[in-house]
Amino acid sequence: MSTIPENTANTEVIEFDVRTDEMLVNMGPQHPSTHGVLRLVLRTDGEVVSEVTPHLGYLHRCAEKIGENLTPRQWIPYTDRMDYLAAMSMNLGWALCTEKLMNLQVPEKARHLRVIIAEMQRIASHLVGMGAYGLDLGSFSPFLYAFREREKILDLFEEACGARLTYSYLTVGGATADLPPGWLQKCEAFLDQFLPVIDEYHALLTTNSIFIKRCANIGVMPADMAISYGCSGAVLRGSGVDLDLRRDGEEWYTNMYDGYAFEVIVEKEGHYPNDHVYPPVPPEAVLGDCWHRFYVRMLEVRQAVDLVRQAIDRYSAASGSYGEPVKLAEKLPAGETYLETEAPRGQMGFYIVSDGSPIPWRVRARSSCFCNLSVTSELCRNTLIADIPAVVGSLDIVMGEIDR
Amino acid sequence: MSQFLINQLGLYPLLVQALMAMLTASLILGVIAGGSVVFIWMERKVAGRIQDRLGPTRVGGKFGWLQTLADGIKLLAKEDLRPEGADALLFRIAPYVAFCASYGSFIALPFATGWVGLDINVAVFFVVAVLGLEVFGVILAGYASASKWSLFGAMREAAQVISYEVPLGLCVVIPVMIAGTMDLTKIANLQAGWFTNWYLFHDPFAFIAFFVYYTCALASVNRAPFDLAEAESELVAGFHTEYSGLRWSFFFMAEYGSMFLVSALGSILFLGGWNGPIPLAEWVFGQHASGLSGFAFVVANLLGLTVFMSKAVLCVTVMMWIRWTFPRLRIDQVITTCWKYCTPISAVMFVGVINWQLLGLPNGSDLLPHHQLGVRQLPGAVREGAFGKNQLMPQAQSRDEKSARHKEALPAPLHAVSDRGES
Repeated sequence: MSTIPENTANTEVIEFDVRTDEMLVNMGPQHPSTHGVLRLVLRTDGEVVSEVTPHLGYLHRCAEKIGENLTPRQWIPYTDRMDYLAAMSMNLGWALCTEKLMNLQVPEKARHLRVIIAEMQRIASHLVGMGAYGLDLGSFSPFLYAFREREKILDLFEEACGARLTYSYLTVGGATADLPPGWLQKCEAFLDQFLPVIDEYHALLTTNSIFIKRCANIGVMPADMAISYGCSGAVLRGSGVDLDLRRDGEEWYTNMYDGYAFEVIVEKEGHYPNDHVYPPVPPEAVLGDCWHRFYVRMLEVRQAVDLVRQAIDRYSAASGSYGEPVKLAEKLPAGETYLETEAPRGQMGFYIVSDGSPIPWRVRARSSCFCNLSVTSELCRNTLIADIPAVVGSLDIVMGEIDR
Repeated sequence: MSQFLINQLGLYPLLVQALMAMLTASLILGVIAGGSVVFIWMERKVAGRIQDRLGPTRVGGKFGWLQTLADGIKLLAKEDLRPEGADALLFRIAPYVAFCASYGSFIALPFATGWVGLDINVAVFFVVAVLGLEVFGVILAGYASASKWSLFGAMREAAQVISYEVPLGLCVVIPVMIAGTMDLTKIANLQAGWFTNWYLFHDPFAFIAFFVYYTCALASVNRAPFDLAEAESELVAGFHTEYSGLRWSFFFMAEYGSMFLVSALGSILFLGGWNGPIPLAEWVFGQHASGLSGFAFVVANLLGLTVFMSKAVLCVTVMMWIRWTFPRLRIDQVITTCWKYCTPISAVMFVGVINWQLLGLPNGSDLLPHHQLGVRQLPGAVREGAFGKNQLMPQAQSRDEKSARHKEALPAPLHAVSDRGES
């Protein structure tokens, strides 16, 4: 009779009368639920996993080094390929960082255009996160329901910039083009149609009793752990930390959301903002578990819908230019800048050092998923094998952003 | 038919027996292989519809009904891979063990009165027991593949299937107890007449027992939400990770065969088998199919076969519906569901049905009056076996009036039916 592990999901369920040999198992890099090419080395005793070690680097493409050989505008397509599920947010983060270095304010119209695009991207990205999470838990259909709606967002993006995945649309100085005529109406029609669909997702996953059984009280991350590991985004807010860079970030970034009404999605006294229209938190769920991380994302989708609506109004009212991109080889002022933005997966930071030439001397990206992933070994210690996809899926990682 | 061959053509009885066995075997194989093709196509269509897409639309016309066949040909043409470290013999025979278990249990499954591969009087026991052997194939596959994921899948399957045999067995015993026989043909024919005669509506306990049976059946054939042995998000593909081509398709056929089998078994035990909700054959032919002969028997049986298939396919469709809707349970939750919920519930239902019988409470067949040409007027006396010498159910004798009616309601001489299958 050995000890019962502390962190186990259902300690009363798992009994350890029989001691068997430990086994090292490679989960990934070719594995259906490792979201790309993550490799997890599991030390297992039967179904119980005693240790998880993530291994990275299978998708490393030297993006940062390439950035030191290109001008900031030329590097935009490389940022697309970091978080390929939220390429617009990557474009935006890099563009804002470079603009901060150049002290270049984009016109009012470009600001609202960026909010529309960034929040639409957040919806698309969270839809994939939600669908893939269902997939991780063995439910295939939500994935396709999510992709059905995401396709419509991609159609809109395609109309705006010609690409469906790697957009290179938001760029230094504004955007590569203005939104085409009639786009806003289509976008509004999509939002009207999309809002009731969110309820379907809640019916299919959030309130499903098996789903709750699989994620409530699993992978519980207390707030202090989330902070000490540098987690951000929905992972951080799922642990009850009230931090959203759209509100709390640097002025250069929060200016973009100046005048917008939105509440940070975080649990306060057992309630989420605007959660009265959505299913209540089940009694089994503990703050910081997989269910809360998932729920924060779902509420952020709703929040993004509101933000896009506000942005559409402001964009229509704004006059002037959508923001002409700077010259391809515009000279950068000497100096260094770092700026973090709230990407769908967390705080995405870009660092740029310039010696005065058009090509930056040093480029660095701070990945949100990298920090979010780093808690995996802590959260997965002494869980069951089936909990590992549940935990890793709830962190919603994209390997392209981690490895860069 | 065998009598005809022996008497008219002068063939040796042994040869005739062998011929008949081969014929039966091929027919059942046809049912499984053809059934798999249809079910896989159906699964794709059902999944497609559930997921707001179309499913196969190209191969074989508008509805893509040849898609499975095309995939089957693709699987045939694929390279048969075996991992280097695999146990050659066990790796090769594992799919056949799994398939044979599924296939073997079809032998005792009647499709209509007398239309059964082998009419044995303990068919329920045989089917459940042989179906349980499928787990051997899976364990062999998991062990012989020399892959850790396969081993995980196999161990999960072993734990799960063996656990769920218990509540499954308890649920299966309930209709057996009501009927007083283990012969599937007799169990089905005892439910002839109106749908209230089905054991599903026999009493509230039996009603609940059906749903427990269905849940356990889902688990014992590894269908979602209990498909842990092949949980693709955790174990890549579980026990069949290392299999390819035709061997893989044998596992697939075994899965779909078992799915149909447990659905068909549930239909016979609880849903009246080939007896429709209304006693149609009795109205048309004046009596139940089991009492008929010649052309009328074939027509009535074909009707029954259609009804039976519809019920089984409905159960299979619900399985598909569940699969494409629910997430997967975790292994400890699956075992908890079995031992903490399914087993106690089925045990309580078992005791409940016993008491219902002992107290002689009214059952489902008392709800509707028997039709003029319904089962009441079936010809033939009550034979031994069905209720006659049953020691388990003394109340069947003590409840004089009701049991007399129940006896009267018994369908045709049942051993005459099994003779017909041969003649």
